[in-house]
Amino acid sequence: MELLAFGKTGWGDELFYATLMTVAVSITAMLVGFFFALIFTPLKLSKYKTLNLVGNFYTTVIRGVPELLVIYLFFFGGSGAIMYVASIFGYYEYIEINAFITGSMAIGIISGAYSTEVFRGAIQSIDKGQFEAAKVLGINKFGQFYKIILPQMLRLAIPNLSNVWQITLKDTSLISVTGLVEIMRQSYIAAGSTRDPLFFYSFAAVLYLLLTYVSMKLINKLELKYSRGY
Amino acid sequence: MDFDLMITSFPKLLGATVVTLKLLSASLFFGLFLGLFFAILRLNKNIFINKFAYSYSYIFRGTPLLVQIFIIYFGLGQIEYLRTTFLWVILKEPYWCAIIAFTLNTGAYTSEILRSAFQTIKPGIIEAGKSLGISNKIIFYKIQIPIAIRQSLPAYGNEIILMMKGTSLASTVTLMDLTGVAKYIISTTFKPIEVFIVAGGIYLFMTFIIHNVIKYLEKKYSFQQ
Repeated sequence: MELLAFGKTGWGDELFYATLMTVAVSITAMLVGFFFALIFTPLKLSKYKTLNLVGNFYTTVIRGVPELLVIYLFFFGGSGAIMYVASIFGYYEYIEINAFITGSMAIGIISGAYSTEVFRGAIQSIDKGQFEAAKVLGINKFGQFYKIILPQMLRLAIPNLSNVWQITLKDTSLISVTGLVEIMRQSYIAAGSTRDPLFFYSFAAVLYLLLTYVSMKLINKLELKYSRGY
Repeated sequence: MDFDLMITSFPKLLGATVVTLKLLSASLFFGLFLGLFFAILRLNKNIFINKFAYSYSYIFRGTPLLVQIFIIYFGLGQIEYLRTTFLWVILKEPYWCAIIAFTLNTGAYTSEILRSAFQTIKPGIIEAGKSLGISNKIIFYKIQIPIAIRQSLPAYGNEIILMMKGTSLASTVTLMDLTGVAKYIISTTFKPIEVFIVAGGIYLFMTFIIHNVIKYLEKKYSFQQ
């Protein structure tokens, strides 16, 4: 137990901050994912074949390729890509991107592919009459989406989004390969310096279980809120 | 784009794909039995057996696969007693550690898939079997299991694809699978995009094959023929 003490003697505070880091990366990645879903869901639902193709390409490739490979692509290719863009604008110095940004971008793109599928499914399962009724009432496109489609879609999407959240949360453990100090990386460091990997990795497992448990409870509440009247 | 690198790295990556496929098939094979075993425990009426099976699937589904591999590969070696038993022959090999971790992981997901498949079987079918005087054992093996397999095929297909992606984590315990070799080539040539396209292409090809095989099986085992 003294291994988990706070302060200089134990790893308690380090692991606490690492847990916060995991939560921060997961939330950022989830938001990045929503951003991608916002772009690609309309593409997948579009009338135009070419746009459909682009949307399908994104979700198929990302969901068919291991997360670790995507992370390596970002880790090794991220600063190269940024430097290439910078060189167009006449900046030739070395640019290093922060591990947090690389990690949450990589995980975000992955979670975005799953979110896109969830949103597509949710929108498709809304009754066509709702769209037509909104049109008949003369509500503009913006109002149609935000006041009529979105609230109904959220109710249908939340259970599946909670799965996406769980996947995202667990995927953040893979960012440890890039050196970002989250739960997994911190446990690796602690295990290395105390030669007690069994304890620290088991403790990491407990932390992840705790995170999934707490988030499930919160999501259940959200689900209740959005399914009022059903 | 460095096409030469793509062409020269293709055979190396293809060789590493064999390791990926070996890991995948071994863990799916053992995982299916483990999953079936725990699915049966979940259906047991005894609350302790039931809770035990539930906590197994909860723990393995609630923690990242990476943690599970690390506990088995780095953690278990720490227990002095284990080093003296025959288990150490297996546990000192990263290859077997990876297979054990993947098996336990896919077993947890498979048990959930099979459990829900068993639960959706209509009681009438089992009652019909009983009233025909068929023994419980035969009802289970000849009626419940075939129906459960058909019910769970779509979900199990997804699980196979998830597991195929999961095998990439073997590269974190020094195994040179497809992702491991891809990382090695990237870190020596600093050409991530080219290698990603080739390695990702191989993964996508495998996903495509698995997807279509499952689709074929679904058609084959569906009622409407």
